[in-house]
Amino acid sequence: MQKSDVIIVGGGLVGMSIAYGLALLGRQVSVLDEGDDAIRAARGNFGLLWVQGKGYGMSPYAQWTRDSVALWPRFAEALQADTGIDIHLRQQGGFQLCLSDAEMAEEAARLAWLREALDGDYPYELLDRAQLRGRLPGIGPDVVGGCYSPMDGHVNPLKLLRSLHAACKARGVTLINGHRVEAIEPHATGLQLRAADQRWSAAQVVLAAGLGNRALGERVGLDVPVQPNRGQILVTERLKPFLHYPTTYVRQTDEGTVQLGDSHESAGFDDSTGSPVMAAIARRAVQCFPLLGDVRLVRAWGALRVMSADGFPIYEMPQDCPGLAVVSCHSGVTLAAVHALRLAPWIAGEFDDPAVKPFGLQRFNSPTEVRHVG
Amino acid sequence: MSAESLFRPLAVSQNPVLIEFDGKPLSVPGDVCLAAALLASGVRHTRESAVSGRPAAPYCLMGVCFECLVQVDGQANVQSCLVAVRPGMRVKRQRGAVSLAPNEEGADE
Amino acid sequence: MSNAAIDLIIIGAGPAGMSAAIEARDHGLSVVVLDEQASPGGQIYRQVLQADARSRAVLGEEYSAGAQLAADFLQCGARYLPNAAIWQVTPQREVHYLIDGCAEVLRGRHLLIATGAFERPMPIPGWTLPGVMTAGAGQILLKSATLVPAGPVVLAGCGPLLYLLAAQYLRAGIAVEALVDTSHRRELLRAWRLIPGALRGWRDLLKGVGLLAELKRGGIRHFRGAGNLRVEGEDSASALSFDSGGQHLRVPAGLILLHQGVVPHTQISWSLRLEHDWSEAQLCWIPRRDGFGQTSAPGIFIAGDGAAIGGAQVARLEGRLAAMAIAGVSRGTRGLEKGLRRARAARLLIDALYRPPAESCVPPDDVIVCRCEEVTAGAIRRFVEFGCLGPNQTKAFSRCGMGPCQGRQCGLSVTQIIAAQRRVSPAEVGYYRIRPPLKPITLAQLAGERHCVEEPS
Repeated sequence: MQKSDVIIVGGGLVGMSIAYGLALLGRQVSVLDEGDDAIRAARGNFGLLWVQGKGYGMSPYAQWTRDSVALWPRFAEALQADTGIDIHLRQQGGFQLCLSDAEMAEEAARLAWLREALDGDYPYELLDRAQLRGRLPGIGPDVVGGCYSPMDGHVNPLKLLRSLHAACKARGVTLINGHRVEAIEPHATGLQLRAADQRWSAAQVVLAAGLGNRALGERVGLDVPVQPNRGQILVTERLKPFLHYPTTYVRQTDEGTVQLGDSHESAGFDDSTGSPVMAAIARRAVQCFPLLGDVRLVRAWGALRVMSADGFPIYEMPQDCPGLAVVSCHSGVTLAAVHALRLAPWIAGEFDDPAVKPFGLQRFNSPTEVRHVG
Repeated sequence: MSAESLFRPLAVSQNPVLIEFDGKPLSVPGDVCLAAALLASGVRHTRESAVSGRPAAPYCLMGVCFECLVQVDGQANVQSCLVAVRPGMRVKRQRGAVSLAPNEEGADE
Repeated sequence: MSNAAIDLIIIGAGPAGMSAAIEARDHGLSVVVLDEQASPGGQIYRQVLQADARSRAVLGEEYSAGAQLAADFLQCGARYLPNAAIWQVTPQREVHYLIDGCAEVLRGRHLLIATGAFERPMPIPGWTLPGVMTAGAGQILLKSATLVPAGPVVLAGCGPLLYLLAAQYLRAGIAVEALVDTSHRRELLRAWRLIPGALRGWRDLLKGVGLLAELKRGGIRHFRGAGNLRVEGEDSASALSFDSGGQHLRVPAGLILLHQGVVPHTQISWSLRLEHDWSEAQLCWIPRRDGFGQTSAPGIFIAGDGAAIGGAQVARLEGRLAAMAIAGVSRGTRGLEKGLRRARAARLLIDALYRPPAESCVPPDDVIVCRCEEVTAGAIRRFVEFGCLGPNQTKAFSRCGMGPCQGRQCGLSVTQIIAAQRRVSPAEVGYYRIRPPLKPITLAQLAGERHCVEEPS
């Protein structure tokens, strides 16, 4: 096997963003990925680049998300230059639509908290139905109001994944397909990985295997508290463009299809769809845009979010397992830019980024335990 | 128009039925599915693809290919091989992606 | 959630479904049969109850034999729901369907999938042009609308259905411009060792021989060993060109009917994540089942062409056997099993004789394989080189398989293209992850789904 500086376990959005970032720094990178039928959060995305509402109760996450969205244009340009693929990045703002006064009040409270936590540097507007109607023609009578933020946007998530694969290839990253890593252990000059009877070793290993990080972490005595959280997404037939901004429930893609979603279920590792949730998503979509009632659903899927115990990312380089980095999040699209352009340098040891510290594993331990020195 | 049809009835007497196709009256065989009726009435393509605009026409006649999609009485992307002909039905070619605007005649370009 | 008062829900009112319904009713089970068409018969007996004497003469004896079955089915006391579009089936045996724009749900103690077959895709250059249809479509138009070609028509491909359609057109007085046959006479020599076994199904073999003799008497131009098939035309089909007998030929026609066999309609079985095996003999996926049709999911059975291509007689017998197993009847199955062996006897030979050629299963780069999203074979190959191991990865990157047909027209081609490119078996490559909706459903219909409480039977 070719000698790599870094092996990344997981070829999804998280793994490939980090691979790209490391390749930009001149590292020799290999990515180990599973087969065609693997559970892949990277293929189940909604495609939002979303800031508003995130990090409620954990302002470092709100800041980290803002940073990523600010880096996204540069990230997209780099990908475009390396691949020629247009990933349809649009950052013209987005709307959280509210179907009840209670929902509106809750969102308003969250956003107010976040604005204060970020010292006022947090643009958004609360809009009533009449104001919304001016921005989103076709909005339904059940929508009581919405929250608009210019920070939000969207991108084509599958083209992003494809572009990352192409960009990594262009930058000399080796993709090793069709293997499920089962074991990881310390080795002569770093760490060794095993899948069936194949082995690979490198000075540094990044676990970006989504839900698989839990089992792999256990192998080296780490408790990585990630659980599956199922989201179902519906996709319609192609429509002529009618919705020019993304919303959390309804988003029209560059192909003209409309994606509908935002559900959360604890269903274990079951990524199937079910009609009660599908019906609820459909109902809500039709409440938001009544003209969607006669539009046909063509396909649907369930995808498993990689949800940490508190919902925030995990970035950890454990002291007692040198060479290992553990990365997980459920916002692989939004954070792709910051993963490539800030997390990768942190992993590569280029510099110590204080913004990453709050996402270490120690936050899940009991408060009496000593925080290890970063 | 029938001279250009790809299909014709085997027996001369079919229940002819008057429908509207792309805004014009069209006499078609009754008691058949809409796709068959159009194929027997000089219609050579029934939609333009939403991906590239390529002209398409019924292919499998049994509901598994989705090539025969037309607009029926304002409803877009109807599989014409799975609906029966009805007198007075307003049928249009499905020209590309569906328009969400409240549909009036001529709203599709 | 409906009360599970239904003993057996049958999906499909073709020969397998109808026979199973009749048998199940004989044993006192409560039965509901759902079908997408407006009248019973499936595709092979399509609209058989409405066919007049002239149609029956054109279509032949086998077709007419379905009339009695359909009549018996309508009398058997099963609750029959025609015009039902099934959009979801769950492992808990719930069937979600649309009738008249209303979304309803039923639940059964047992489920029999009898969805039959559809035409194997035949991706040749130009196959997406208007004027190109399947031979099955030609037959359906004959059966359901008594429509025949109005102008020059070419039949191309291979398989008994192609010959049958040619004969039916002959009987109806239609002149077929050419029968462009991709099978070789020498296939028979290669398949000679299958003949002894096949002889037990001598009735089927005789039928085939009889058809060919009929075509010869009718003077149809029959080109054998044809290759390099290409539909020509700009906005619609204008001719079929091909190589045969060392010559390059071109037959002008505005209607070209393609056929290279039928394959099981496995959309429901895949969506249930049932076990499937790749059949190298039939070049398609076969849901795994026991001798009675029980699949890898408890209480879910499959019978007929929806499991493996066997034809109408096989379908009838399999339907009855499944119903007997569901009813818990163990006596009287021997006769059926014997009949099945005889009915299946000629299958291996037919499969070998009419094996579709590689070039129209794994086509050249510029041929569209995904009609819905217009993705070419070359694009799939490029994504394999890019690192995709299977159809779900190529789907994510190319959109192949994302359109309304949800992989029905491209699935087999894509699996075979990837297998050929990677030099592994199709079994190793796998198939699309099939999800509901199995048929498009509007958001309003989905939002308004009603859960019926079944009246006690």
